[in-house]
Amino acid sequence: MLAYTFKRILQGIITVWFIATVTFIAMHAVPGDPLANERATTEQIRLNLEQRYGLDRPVSEQYLVFIGGILRGDFGISFTQENRRVNDIIRENFPVSATLGILAVTFAALGGILMGALTALFRNRLPDFVIMFLVILGISVPSFVVAALSQLVLVDINASLGFSLLPVAGWGTLRHMIVPSMVLGLGTMAYLTRLMRSSMLEITSSDFIRTARAKGLPPARIFLKHQLRNAILPVVTVLGPAIAAITTGGFVVELVFAIPGLGRYFVEAVQQLDYTVIMGTTVFYGAFLVSMVIVVDLLYGWIDPRVRLE
Amino acid sequence: MSETPRFSAADFEAAAVDRQLQAVSRPSLSYWQDSWRRLKQNRRAFASLGMLVALGVLTLAGPFVWRLDPAAQDVNQISQAPSFPPSALIVDPYTAWSGVTAEPTRMGDVVTGLHLAEAATTQAVRLAWEPVVGAAGYVVYRSVYDQAPDRALGLPVGEVVGADRVSFEDRLDLEPRRYWYAVVVMDENRAEVENYAALVVDAVRTVSVEEAGLRGWVQDVSTLTPGDRIGLPYHPLGTDYLGRDMLARLLYGARVSLFIGVVAPLLFVLAGVVYGSAAGFMGGRVDQVLMRFADFVIALPFLLFMILFKVTFGIGPGESGVFPMLVALVLLGWPSTARLVRGQILQIRQEGYVSASQLLGARTGYLVFRHMIPQTMGVILVTLTFAVPSAIFTEAFLSFIGMGVAPPTPSWGSMANEGIRTMLSHPHELLFPAVIISVTVLAFNLLGDGLRDALDVRMRGSE
Repeated sequence: MLAYTFKRILQGIITVWFIATVTFIAMHAVPGDPLANERATTEQIRLNLEQRYGLDRPVSEQYLVFIGGILRGDFGISFTQENRRVNDIIRENFPVSATLGILAVTFAALGGILMGALTALFRNRLPDFVIMFLVILGISVPSFVVAALSQLVLVDINASLGFSLLPVAGWGTLRHMIVPSMVLGLGTMAYLTRLMRSSMLEITSSDFIRTARAKGLPPARIFLKHQLRNAILPVVTVLGPAIAAITTGGFVVELVFAIPGLGRYFVEAVQQLDYTVIMGTTVFYGAFLVSMVIVVDLLYGWIDPRVRLE
Repeated sequence: MSETPRFSAADFEAAAVDRQLQAVSRPSLSYWQDSWRRLKQNRRAFASLGMLVALGVLTLAGPFVWRLDPAAQDVNQISQAPSFPPSALIVDPYTAWSGVTAEPTRMGDVVTGLHLAEAATTQAVRLAWEPVVGAAGYVVYRSVYDQAPDRALGLPVGEVVGADRVSFEDRLDLEPRRYWYAVVVMDENRAEVENYAALVVDAVRTVSVEEAGLRGWVQDVSTLTPGDRIGLPYHPLGTDYLGRDMLARLLYGARVSLFIGVVAPLLFVLAGVVYGSAAGFMGGRVDQVLMRFADFVIALPFLLFMILFKVTFGIGPGESGVFPMLVALVLLGWPSTARLVRGQILQIRQEGYVSASQLLGARTGYLVFRHMIPQTMGVILVTLTFAVPSAIFTEAFLSFIGMGVAPPTPSWGSMANEGIRTMLSHPHELLFPAVIISVTVLAFNLLGDGLRDALDVRMRGSE
């Protein structure tokens, strides 16, 4: 297990380096001048600004400075807000995105497992058809449409109740978080439901379930102890990519619900071509996602010892 | 010990050969014929296929049938909801109204007898009411909703001073729709009292002869007389916030969205097939290096890098931004197909018939094209079908956050992005692009499910 952990972490570090390098190349290939929308009125000001951001040095040196900064955990200073460090921006905005993401993943995982188990239990009966119809819908409707529709519905509900049951937008209390995290988790939940259903059906027809039935175990015990526990395994494997999809998919939900998260900040930074913020956020997100995948993989190795042997 | 079986001589006579038994009773079906048969049995998938074909025809032929320019603005019908062909009543040109005055005789804090002095048109709404003794004046409110439920009177459109002036003419930006007017009395301190008188008014779209000519709604002005009706430019799905025809924009947007949604997956699936089969076929160290690189590309956070690459490739002035998006999608999309195809190729390489073929002297090229590619074709086709909706999603998503197709070019995602701003007042601007994106993605997903069941024998019946 230790060797496996070590190997995965090493792979992760190389992956983050790769992400950082691609980000660096992509940002330096952007047409135009990073200082074009700066107040570089005279040649001297321009030179000073270039010096401040290290743009006067050769690209190879800039790359080393960038990688060195990442190793020290320092992403530099924002281009558009000169007195703000990228680290501060991440520190202020990421907790919001992370909270939203954690809630969404929890909702998606619990909902997916529960609904998937239900569909398998009621195979080819009404609950199965209803849930699978909703699942297809959940996969096919884009998250921004769901977000906008839920806002429309909330406006109507709040208007007819005469008070604000759940806020339509904004961030702060738990009540603000409920709808956005559900909207964000919906697509993943639909996907996990499908996965859970097929995994459950596969388990149901396996030999050990028949044995369990034959020796007279109560159905509830078979369902909980034997079927559910084994069927959850495939769901755990895709949880890593699911976390990635949810975290980066958070942009749109943050935009629609006016949530001050890092995703929204990233989109703004791209619109203003704020180089350091773009590079810093990308590398940070990449590192976060890679570590999430590693954590899930290790967790999986712990749950299912067979994986470690491979 | 069991008894030794006894045989008679008759047991050793040659049996008659029954040719009928060996005849194939049904026509033999190739893999593709069989798959097609299975697909046709799946009603959902087949209906989806039909719908996608219809959508394709609509996308290609639509702009030739519905010839309205998607960029043309109809400034008379901005944010028009879907409706029947609108028409306008021809009226005389506007003339000033002197209004109504009456001596107040009645006490009270609310006016009575609020009525229309003339028929309400989009030219002017002329209101008149009975005066109230002691009023300093009256305030007229206009709302597009019923005021009664929450006493929201709406927009104060005007104020008349003096108890005896009992009329008001509203000419403020009138649209052909229903308005709720309210008149509130001002007391001697010119403060508005609590109660109000209300009137529901349906404004009729009218236009003067001269104006109809200027706007180009009629060819020959001389034939028009007041009281005639003329038809106006018709927008069956309404117009957007700039007065552009929704149907024309949806049809042109389909070209952009479906182009990205179909061409990008085609390209990256092709790239993935080449890459993956190369890796799988060469095996060994080359395979390891190639696949490690694919793993790295998979680890890139997809949407972040879509946005990043879009910025890198840039959009010049006057460009639509379709090409950068295509390149970004291909650059990020290929590894998952490559992985899948590599796995398939590795598996097929182990098969007996491949070894047999090799033993008979088949070359690499022959092996790949005769055995490997046809064997993986089913899986590739299924991957492609599922890649299309996700590419359409990505385009919609990027255009929605303003990182996709540049503004004048319509795409379903950018239309949804524009629609969400006016979602509360004009929901149709969001609804139509949203519905068409969802339906298209749904159809591709159902077709993909059906294809997977029909083509991939191992996956059959697992869901």
